Amino acid sequence: MPTVKLTVNGKAVTAAVEDRTLLVHLLRENLNLTGTHVGCDTSQCGACIVHIDGKAVKSCTTLAGQADGTHITTIEGISAGDQLHPMQAAFRDNHGLQCGYCTPGMIMSAIDIVNRHGGNLDEQTVRHELEGNICRCTGYHNIVRSVLDAADRMRVSQAAE
Amino acid sequence: MGVEGIGARVARKEDKRFITGRGRYVDDIKLVGLTYAHFIRSPHAHAKVKGIDASAAKDMPGVVDILTAQQLVDDKIGNLICGWAVTSKDGSPMKMGAWPAMAPDTVRFVGQAVAVVIAETKNQARDAAEAVIVEYEELPAVSSMTAALASGAPQLHPEAPGNVVYDWSIGDEQATNDAFAKAANVVSLELTNNRLVPNAMEPRAAVAEYDQAEEHFTLYTTSQNPHVARLVLSAFYNIAQEHKLRVVAPDVGGGFGSKIFIYPEEMVALWASKKVGRPVKWTGDRSEAFLTDAHGRDHMSRAEMAFDANNRILGLRVKTHANFGAYMSLFSSSVPTYLYATLLSGQYNIPAIYAEVMGVYTNTTPVDAYRGAGRPEASYLVERLMETSARQLKLDPAELRRINFITQFPHQTPVIMTYDIGDFGAALDKALEAVDYKNLAARKAQSKANGKLRGLGFSCYIEACGIAPSKAVGSLGAGVGLWESAEVRVNPVGTIEILTGSHSHGQGHETTFAQLVADRLGISIDQVQIVHGDTDKVQFGMGTYGSRSGAVGMSAIVKAMEKMEAKAKKIAAHQLEASEGDIVIENGEFKVAGTDKSIALPMVALAAYTAHNLPDGMEPGLKESAFYDPTNFTFPAGAYICEVEVDPRTGKVDILDFVAVDDFGRLINPMIVEGQVHGGLTQGIGQALLESAVYDDNGQPVTASFMDYAMPRADDVPSFRISHSVTLCPGNPLGIKGCGEAGAIGSSPAVINAITDALGHNKLEMPATPGRVWEALQLQQAAE
Repeated sequence: MPTVKLTVNGKAVTAAVEDRTLLVHLLRENLNLTGTHVGCDTSQCGACIVHIDGKAVKSCTTLAGQADGTHITTIEGISAGDQLHPMQAAFRDNHGLQCGYCTPGMIMSAIDIVNRHGGNLDEQTVRHELEGNICRCTGYHNIVRSVLDAADRMRVSQAAE
Repeated sequence: MGVEGIGARVARKEDKRFITGRGRYVDDIKLVGLTYAHFIRSPHAHAKVKGIDASAAKDMPGVVDILTAQQLVDDKIGNLICGWAVTSKDGSPMKMGAWPAMAPDTVRFVGQAVAVVIAETKNQARDAAEAVIVEYEELPAVSSMTAALASGAPQLHPEAPGNVVYDWSIGDEQATNDAFAKAANVVSLELTNNRLVPNAMEPRAAVAEYDQAEEHFTLYTTSQNPHVARLVLSAFYNIAQEHKLRVVAPDVGGGFGSKIFIYPEEMVALWASKKVGRPVKWTGDRSEAFLTDAHGRDHMSRAEMAFDANNRILGLRVKTHANFGAYMSLFSSSVPTYLYATLLSGQYNIPAIYAEVMGVYTNTTPVDAYRGAGRPEASYLVERLMETSARQLKLDPAELRRINFITQFPHQTPVIMTYDIGDFGAALDKALEAVDYKNLAARKAQSKANGKLRGLGFSCYIEACGIAPSKAVGSLGAGVGLWESAEVRVNPVGTIEILTGSHSHGQGHETTFAQLVADRLGISIDQVQIVHGDTDKVQFGMGTYGSRSGAVGMSAIVKAMEKMEAKAKKIAAHQLEASEGDIVIENGEFKVAGTDKSIALPMVALAAYTAHNLPDGMEPGLKESAFYDPTNFTFPAGAYICEVEVDPRTGKVDILDFVAVDDFGRLINPMIVEGQVHGGLTQGIGQALLESAVYDDNGQPVTASFMDYAMPRADDVPSFRISHSVTLCPGNPLGIKGCGEAGAIGSSPAVINAITDALGHNKLEMPATPGRVWEALQLQQAAE
């Protein structure tokens, strides 16, 4: 089996995988990073979103081999110890999750949205940008509020740096 | 209320694990020696299984075993059951065809399993499944109720002639006919309630393990009610005895009803774990969810309402056909009968109601309870009828509703239910004010000037929760009692564990249930742990559905807490040398009222467990349990108003405003309650505008992926404006009515009523896609 070498949440990883292995399965089955979820089989729901070299990507439609040599960040890798990422804290504070299954993908997607828009976000933009993430529990109302709240927090923390 | 007590907007205790990726769902579980199951499923809607050739597949890499339906039969594994016996109006029992977990000779819907491959890896199981050759002889199929009921239609089950499961009725036919005979006006409407796919984001999954030495099974599964799963698996399916089976439902990623039922895949995984002598994991993919999770709704109805000259309702006559799919799922029979027709009185004084419901088999995925379960179908029918009546009678739709509101409680409807309390006018007033109803005409004119059509629609829904008084549902045919249990364990150091038979799959019980305990004892929610979802820990429970966890589950906790507190007070009084009647509980302390004497909860707990100095004759320990059986259903109700703008060039509907005023009784955590409403509203809006499970004439599902089935996305729905108009439920100790389903029950009619208001006529079915709305607009122009 071919070998892939990549960095996951700051740690160097080498894994022997079948050619057809998807990145999400490498993360979940080989590395036991089960925070990244699979919610569909057509690249629609976004429960599997991780960051590849800082950009949100659906890991269910990425072959593990395509991620060779990249830096992957998963939901497990965004907080610093007990210090939550501002997006995680905003989801908790705004009740942006219920069953929690879509949440890791939502958070990873939302961080990318805020990064790309530099924190200058409005409700309509957030709703449009979240098109690739499906949630069945929240009706999106509090997810949108969480992302807008986090955008403010991230802007403040960037300004402080 | 304390800062973390009843009524506080406390952030959820469970969130930390979910936002950091540390939730533990079934597919996250790995066991030593784990194997993977992949099912071989019928590509035909109706066919004879002529043979299964697994010879090539057996030798493929990693294959452990290939199990077929015949082996289930040989092992005398029971067929799937339907747990609610409904009797037809002629007195005959419902006519059910047998539903084996894998089909040995006939398949009746696309996706029905005939065999399963067990292999070392998921991919190896899939590869081998590809190599299994199943020979089918196709049979003619019926995918719609119209086709199934036609004369000469293909028959699904020999037990059910004409594809009819039952022909049931409720209410007084003669009185209703008399009401129509003296009516000044009659309004009629034909309606389709579209078939939906629940689509909880976590697909169903099972991990099963058999311990040969102990002859003991463990099943980790995506269940809303693990105890019921254990009961059914042991009592009916002959796989494991109840005391030799542990069912665990860990973190479960949404349910909406679809995870109430005990499905073939979970049964087969459990059975297979013993057959192959190794743990077996099955995780459904989304396609399997579309094919095999119980669908929801799917009614065709004709309804007529009779009014007197003063626009008061005299009677309601309803005829509904309900599609059950190819087999009767666990609670399917109750959904279009006792959960639907019993709510046809809505919020209105209706002296006479008569409803007939015919249950129909088709070659489609089985249909069962989906968020609201029968009540959305009832509210859609009643509220569209009210809107249509207002249009026909040329009355303000709010006024027509107000004239007919029930205002005296308790109120006995003609269809079994006794509404205990409510204030329907108050909720409507609040909603009207929120939408600025009096300036609607000006807003409509503004839209018209912009080339758009504006419409406003109401929905004054009522539903029944707190499911359910055991004796009452037993008399109606339910196979189980619907009480709930709770156990309070005060540990020797004063921390508390609450064991509950309710199950949280997104509802936030770990927080709200802890708030109840914190409120009673004046302690922090951090000192309270909620334990649920494991039959080895919790003695028994009926699980979570029907918005029952607050009204029934928390009431059981209250009862257990009362018992624990009574004993703790005795211990405190003994320690403080005071009278038991003078002890009050405040801020985590047991105090002698009117004095500065007190003893902290941990010291009372410690005294209970050291047992050095207890009142004479008292048993050591501080642990109490209770079973709570409700005395009545609860009746959440509310007024929803939706305002839309329709683009006449494209038929596209934009929701401009959605106001929800709900009466849920007492709110434990308003933040969580609002979240439940947001989610419910979006599912109802999804039904109204987007979602529909479609089959072609041969029974092939054509909407079996997220590419084809339109799930609501963030830009399909607005931000919602939610408020409450509260009357406390008199039937349970907390005054709770339940909030889990209301949004899904009340919102669809508000959306469609708004669009039909914009159109000016009633000819519109769900989902109101741009194409359908555009067609409805052409109809209107043709009429003009």
